[in-house]
Amino acid sequence: MAAVKTHVRTTLNGEATEYLCEPNQSLLEVLRDVLFLTGTKEGCNDGNCGACTVNMDGRIVDSCLVLGVEAEGSDILTIEGVATPEGLHPIQQAFLENAALQCGICTPGFIVASKALLEKEPNPSEARVRHWLAGNLCRCTGYDKIVKAVVDAANTMGGKK
Amino acid sequence: MRPIEYVAAKTVQEAVKSLAEKGDAARPLAGGTDIIVQLRGGRRQLDRLVDMKAIPELNELTYNASSGLRIGAAVPCYRVYGDAAVASAYPGLIDAASLIGGIQIQGRGSIGGNLCNAAPSGDTIPALIAHSAVAEIAGPGGNREVPVEDFCTAPGRTVLQSGEILVAIRVPAPAAHFGACYIRFIPRNEMDIAVVGVGASMVLDGNKVTACRIALASVAPIPVYATAAGAALVGKEATEENINAASEAAQAAATPISDMRGTAEYRTHLIGVLTRRALQSAIQRAKEA
Repeated sequence: MAAVKTHVRTTLNGEATEYLCEPNQSLLEVLRDVLFLTGTKEGCNDGNCGACTVNMDGRIVDSCLVLGVEAEGSDILTIEGVATPEGLHPIQQAFLENAALQCGICTPGFIVASKALLEKEPNPSEARVRHWLAGNLCRCTGYDKIVKAVVDAANTMGGKK
Repeated sequence: MRPIEYVAAKTVQEAVKSLAEKGDAARPLAGGTDIIVQLRGGRRQLDRLVDMKAIPELNELTYNASSGLRIGAAVPCYRVYGDAAVASAYPGLIDAASLIGGIQIQGRGSIGGNLCNAAPSGDTIPALIAHSAVAEIAGPGGNREVPVEDFCTAPGRTVLQSGEILVAIRVPAPAAHFGACYIRFIPRNEMDIAVVGVGASMVLDGNKVTACRIALASVAPIPVYATAAGAALVGKEATEENINAASEAAQAAATPISDMRGTAEYRTHLIGVLTRRALQSAIQRAKEA
């Protein structure tokens, strides 16, 4: 079958972004291989690990399970859109301060997922953080430091939204 | 994933036509959380995906206390459990919708897609059966309705014929003193496939059961509607002894296999435990309703 490319218009990290993709390319492949935004990671590529988590229209999704063509008209946030020119996002800072990462492959997914939680629920319980992050797997650090970082970030950010 | 054609249908008629043109080589796409994995893994080979998310009827979630609930086939799980009125009226369905996958999957995956994927382990299916849900189908030959308990025909197979799509799932308004519950057993807290799942619903008159439906996941090639198990409680008091009898009838309705998730014997044991717990929770909720 001839691979006809589709023209897709999105808002990506706050900027109007257009790309061409084939219907069999996932949003993850488009981000990494077409737009060269390699902060979003490929882990399992089947929706189990959450390493490819991005925020799409206000909901976190596994970008490996979204087709690039499905993103037409969407507002997408990737890890590249989390820090500002002024500095790291408080969640990123909390991950550093809590040593909540080792190899770092799962980290962008955890941070994008955590940001969505704290924007919705500024003061989640530890249990709520663990439940929210169940779709993100970490194979080296373990979860305690990650959960602690998210709770610390919530405290730092408290009332600022 | 091999090359594929993507069609974003705008109307039910357009979707039906686009699917019928390709027969078995086309499938609907809603959240994509099953079909994209199947295509990538080579478990399905298709020439065309027809995206359902731009069709208004498939995106509607409507609830009315007298006419009940209608869930468009492409409505993602989070919208169903995120609606306070729906969550309070359909507790068994909400149990299921809020434990499928993680937050990422619930943001995309639909209850309609879970039903059409027809996995024996599909968590929402026993819950839908417990809630007496009906599938609204549109196709080249017109519209028809099928009770959810008759929808799945084999693992991954349903009553949908070439060109037919699931438009919506309709769930009747709950009676007074109605309660329902879906629980499953998995070896971890989240993000796993049910070893056994049980959906139960109940209408109480005082402590007497006037209606009861029980359905099971992961214990047969298709989700099981255990009619005898529900019937075992109807007209009886909601006592421990009668609950035990219903759970034994549920065990008898299953034909579990042994696989990497558990042996047939273990699954049979779990059906008993989970049916009792689901019934107890449904009774509690019916009393609070």
